Amino acid sequence: MASSSERLETAKYAGSRVERSNQQAKDASEREYKYGWSSAIDAETIPIGLNEDTVRLISAKKEEPEWMLEWRLKAYRSWAKLGDEPSWAKVRYTKPDFQSISYYSAPKSQAKKTSLDEVDPEILKTFEKLGIPLQEQKRLTGVAVDAVFDSVSVGTTHKGILAKKGVIFCSFSEAVKEHPELVQKYLGSVVPQNDNFYAALNSAVFSDGSFVYVPKGVKCPMDLSTYFRINQENTGQFERTLIIADEGAEVSYLEGCTAPMRDENQLHAAVVEIVAHKNATVRYSTVQNWYAGDAEGKGGIYNFVTKRGKCLGDNSRISWTQVETGSAITWKYPSCILMGDNSVGEFYSVALTNNHQQADTGTKMIHLGKNTRSTIISKTISAGKSDNSYRGLVRVMPKAVNSRSYTQCDSLLIGSLCGAHTFPYIDVRNHSASVEHEASTSKISEDQLFYCQSRGIGPEDAISMVINGFCKEVFDHLPMEFAVEATNLLGLSLEGSVG
Amino acid sequence: MLEVRNLKASVDGNPILRGIDLTVKEGEVHAIMGPNGSGKSTFAQVLAGHAAYEVEESSSVTFLGEDLLDMPAEERARLGLFLAFQYPVEIPGITNSYFLKAAVNEIRVSRGLEELDAMDFADQLKEKMELINVDPRFAERFVNHGFSGGEKKRNEILQLAVMEPRLAILDETDSGLDIDALRVVSEGVNKLRSENRAFILVTHYQRLLDYIVPDFVHVLYKGRIVRSGGKELALELEEKGYDWLRETEDALV
Repeated sequence: MASSSERLETAKYAGSRVERSNQQAKDASEREYKYGWSSAIDAETIPIGLNEDTVRLISAKKEEPEWMLEWRLKAYRSWAKLGDEPSWAKVRYTKPDFQSISYYSAPKSQAKKTSLDEVDPEILKTFEKLGIPLQEQKRLTGVAVDAVFDSVSVGTTHKGILAKKGVIFCSFSEAVKEHPELVQKYLGSVVPQNDNFYAALNSAVFSDGSFVYVPKGVKCPMDLSTYFRINQENTGQFERTLIIADEGAEVSYLEGCTAPMRDENQLHAAVVEIVAHKNATVRYSTVQNWYAGDAEGKGGIYNFVTKRGKCLGDNSRISWTQVETGSAITWKYPSCILMGDNSVGEFYSVALTNNHQQADTGTKMIHLGKNTRSTIISKTISAGKSDNSYRGLVRVMPKAVNSRSYTQCDSLLIGSLCGAHTFPYIDVRNHSASVEHEASTSKISEDQLFYCQSRGIGPEDAISMVINGFCKEVFDHLPMEFAVEATNLLGLSLEGSVG
Repeated sequence: MLEVRNLKASVDGNPILRGIDLTVKEGEVHAIMGPNGSGKSTFAQVLAGHAAYEVEESSSVTFLGEDLLDMPAEERARLGLFLAFQYPVEIPGITNSYFLKAAVNEIRVSRGLEELDAMDFADQLKEKMELINVDPRFAERFVNHGFSGGEKKRNEILQLAVMEPRLAILDETDSGLDIDALRVVSEGVNKLRSENRAFILVTHYQRLLDYIVPDFVHVLYKGRIVRSGGKELALELEEKGYDWLRETEDALV
C-alpha cells in the first residue's frame, strides 16, 4: 500500500471560486437558507472512491489501533455484501455513486492541535458565524460544545468542568485513543455494523463525531452539544456518536447541523448509538437544518441516518426530540429498544418539507421488558411540492407484559401540490399490552389566516403562528435555546410558500 | 370616519351586497339588522377584508381618509378596524396572550411605535381583563381552543379591548349567548364606547340593543339598506317582524 502522504491530495479553494459560490448563495436568496456560504479553508481530502484500502487509509490517518481498523474492515465487508441501498422508503432520488465521493476531508491546519486556541481562526470564525462560539471568552454558558468540521472534531469546550464530575465528552477519535475499553464495549452494541446499508457504510468510513460517557449516579452539569458542519465539496459526512449513561446518570444532548449551498447532492450518513443503564435518562435533541436544495430541487443533502437507543437497564429512559427542516432527502428513524423493565422511550418529532424536499422519517419502539412505555408524537408539515411521510413501528414482544404505547401523528398541509403520508406498523405479541394510535390530517384554514389578518398579523406570520401552535407539543420538549431556533427556522423554511 | 358608497360584492358570482351606502362618524354606534341571508355578515366581512368576496370596481369605502378596499385585511386592522367574529377561530398551541401581543405589536410597529415587551404587555392585558371582567386564565389558554360559545364571544371583546380600534364591527356577537352572557358581553362593549371610537353592531335580534343602545339602526334586506332610523326602528322591527319588511319591500320591486 502506498504511504498515506503520497495519496493525499490538497484541495485548496481558489479565491475566485469562493467568491463565486458565495455569490451563488446570495443569488439563491440568503433568506431561504442563511447557512449556505462556505469557508475558505485549506483541506486535505483523500481521493474519491471506496475500497478496503480507503478504509485502511482513513484508519491510518486517524492513527487508530488495530482493533478499530478490524472493526471498520468487518463493516466494509458487510456493506459490500449488502450491495444495494434500501428502496422501501417513500422517496425518489438519483442514487449516489459511492465511488465518486471522497470519504475523508480534514482542515489541513488541524493536525495535532492541543487546545482550542490553536485551531485555525477561519474555522473558529465559521462556527462563530453559525452562532457557535468556541473560544474561551465567548463560550455559550451552560452548554458544552463539540464542533465537527467536515470529517473532524475541531474542539470541545468546557472539558474541565465536565471532567470534575467524571463526564467524558470528547471527539470520537480521542475516545478511541483515550478510552478504548469503553469504545470497544459499546461501539456497535446498539447499531451493529451490518444493521443496514448506510449504517454499514458509516461503520466502515466514519471520520469523527462525539463520544459521551456519564458515570454512575452523575447528573451531567450542563447540556452537551455537537455542531456538525459540512464545508468541503464532493465529500460525504459520516459521523459517529456514542452516548453512554451509566446507572442513575442523566444527560441532555443537543445536535445541530448546516452545510453550504451546492448544486450537487452531498451525502450525510451518520450513526448515533445511545445506551442507558439502570435508572439512567438520556435526552437527545436535534435541529436538522442541512441545505435542502434550491426551489427547483437542485442540490441539497441526502440525510440517511441511523439513530437508535437501548434502554438496557430497568427504569431507564431515552427521549428523542427532532426538528427536521433541512436536507433534500431525509431517511431517519430514531428508535428505542426497551429492554429494561419499566423503561420508557419517547419520540417527539417535527418534520417540515417545502419545495421539492422529501422526508421519510419516524421511529421504532421495540418493547421487550415488562411495563415498558413508549410515546410517539409526530408532527409533519408539507408545503410546496414536497412529500412528507411518517413511518413508525411499535412492536410489543411476548415478555413485555403490561406495556403501553401511544402514537399521535398529525399532518398539516400547505397548498395543494404537497403530500403527507402515514405508515404505522403495529405488531403486538402479548394480550396485556395497550397500544393506541391517533392520526389527523389538516390544512391551514382560510379562516385561521383571515382571523390572524383581521388582528393585524400578515399572512406569512399567521402561517408561522399556526404552525408553531401545531408543533407546540414537540417544541415543549426542546431545550430553551433550541426551541427559539426551531421556531425561527420554521418561519424561514416556509417563507414564500403562501399565496 | 367610515364612508361606504355603493358597495357591491359577490361570492362565486352570486351578488350578495347590491349597493350599500353608510356613513359612520366618530363615537357613533350603528346597528345593522335584517333577516337571515340579507347580507349582514357579508357586509362585516367585506369591510374587514375577507378575500373570498369580489367587490365591484364602482364601490368605494374610505376609512379615516384611506381607501379601504385597496388594503389587505391586516392593513385594515393596523389602521384601526376591528371585526369581532360571529364564529371565532381556534388556533391550538398559541396562547391568547402570545396572539394578542403579536397583534398589538404589529399595530404599534405600523404606527412607528416601539414594540411592547412581555412585561409591559402583560400589565396591559391584565388591566383590560379586569376592565371587561374576564377570567385571568384566559391569557394562557390557547386562542379559542376548547372555549365554550360564550367564552369565545367574551374573548372577542377582550381582543377588542386590547387592540383599541377606532371602529369595531361586532358580527352577531349576541348569537348563541344566554341572557347572563349577553349582559356581560354588552357591559364590556359599553365600557369600551368612547368619543373617538365607533361601533357597527350586526345583529338579528333587537335584544342586544336593550343592552347596547345604538344611535342609528339600519335594516338590511337583500343586500341593500332599506330603512334607517333611530333606536325606535329596532323596536318597530321587533314588533312587526321581518315579514312586514318582505311584504313592503318585495312589493316595490
